[in-house]
Amino acid sequence: MTTGSGPAAGEVYRVHWLPGTDLLHGSCHCGAEHTDDDPVEMWGWMLTHEHRHEESHR
Amino acid sequence: MTAFARNQWYVAAYGREVGRDLLARTVLGEPIAFYRTEDEEQRVVALADRCVHRRFPLSESRLDGDRVVCGYHGFTYDTTGTCVYVPGQRRIPRTARVNSYPVVEQDTFVWVWIGDPELADSAAVPRAPHLADGENWTSVSGMEPIDADYGLLVDNLLDLSHETYLHGGYIGTPEVAETPITTEVDEAGAIVRVSRHMDDAECPPFYARSTGIEGRITRHQDIEYLAPCLYLLHSRITPAGQEAPAFHTEITYAITPSTEGSVYDFWAVSRDFARDDEEVTTFLHDFNHTVVMQDVDALNLLQRALATEPAGYQELSINIDTGGLAARRILARLAEQKQ
Repeated sequence: MTTGSGPAAGEVYRVHWLPGTDLLHGSCHCGAEHTDDDPVEMWGWMLTHEHRHEESHR
Repeated sequence: MTAFARNQWYVAAYGREVGRDLLARTVLGEPIAFYRTEDEEQRVVALADRCVHRRFPLSESRLDGDRVVCGYHGFTYDTTGTCVYVPGQRRIPRTARVNSYPVVEQDTFVWVWIGDPELADSAAVPRAPHLADGENWTSVSGMEPIDADYGLLVDNLLDLSHETYLHGGYIGTPEVAETPITTEVDEAGAIVRVSRHMDDAECPPFYARSTGIEGRITRHQDIEYLAPCLYLLHSRITPAGQEAPAFHTEITYAITPSTEGSVYDFWAVSRDFARDDEEVTTFLHDFNHTVVMQDVDALNLLQRALATEPAGYQELSINIDTGGLAARRILARLAEQKQ
């Protein structure tokens, strides 16, 4: 997640519009993936989901 | 209105615009006067465009060597903005100075740093090297002011599906709006990349008339938006049936907020084909200027329409807006963290 001190290097988010569908497929730098049909919802998920690397540190 | 992101480099002018006549530009609400020194270095100087005395625009004044002499009462400033002469008295008040702005001239652009001068890093100026590479690229360019929130221009450029409708018969074909995009956001670099690869597309007049292609094409549009100011569209056109991209075009924009309701739209088209063909150069300049003016007219109209909307008006975003939404978020972050 972006913080006040700025994002770390390597934080890349990708969203592919799946050809032949109205669906967006998003992948976070943490490895989490999400499918949605609304770009606002997609970016909302991208910025608020619990990152996998954070889970693995617990 | 889209918030301004300070502590960033912005394009204020083309180098060719700045000389021994003072040039006025307003960047992020800050009026600035530009000129070039007369020594061998011919360095670009950027001073706050208001005399400290009675706020007269220094851009409406004159140069005496490398000093600016205010056209109202003669207050005189050196290249650092320090006042070195006031009329009628020897004592120059300590506060008699105007801000000078860090400037970098690179890739044919004059970049100015808006924010804390201590934070200006000239190595961090975004690059568009093709614009200054006359050996491999031939470029045409211009600038048009738009009476709109700069965010509307960012929206426009990040979603090229509008080419099909606003620029139909020029650069748009049905395939642009119909082809899915991929979007990538590099948070640390504040870069948004949007790609649209059309495998079998009509060749729009912009490319048909400049390349001579008559049939269908493979058309790749790969956008890199280096927020907040620099936008690069890497365009590759290949005649159907050929393997390697045959025609490369770099479309460059610099999106420089002027005031809260106005933006400078710097545009350039660089090509690696027919490089010495003056007819192609003239055609691409005039044709692209027409395309830019279609955007200018549309965004002026859109801004006027938005001005009549009640606060908090609703928008609807769909898949084509994925890149534009990412850019909005990056701009909001830059504006928030660098105040």
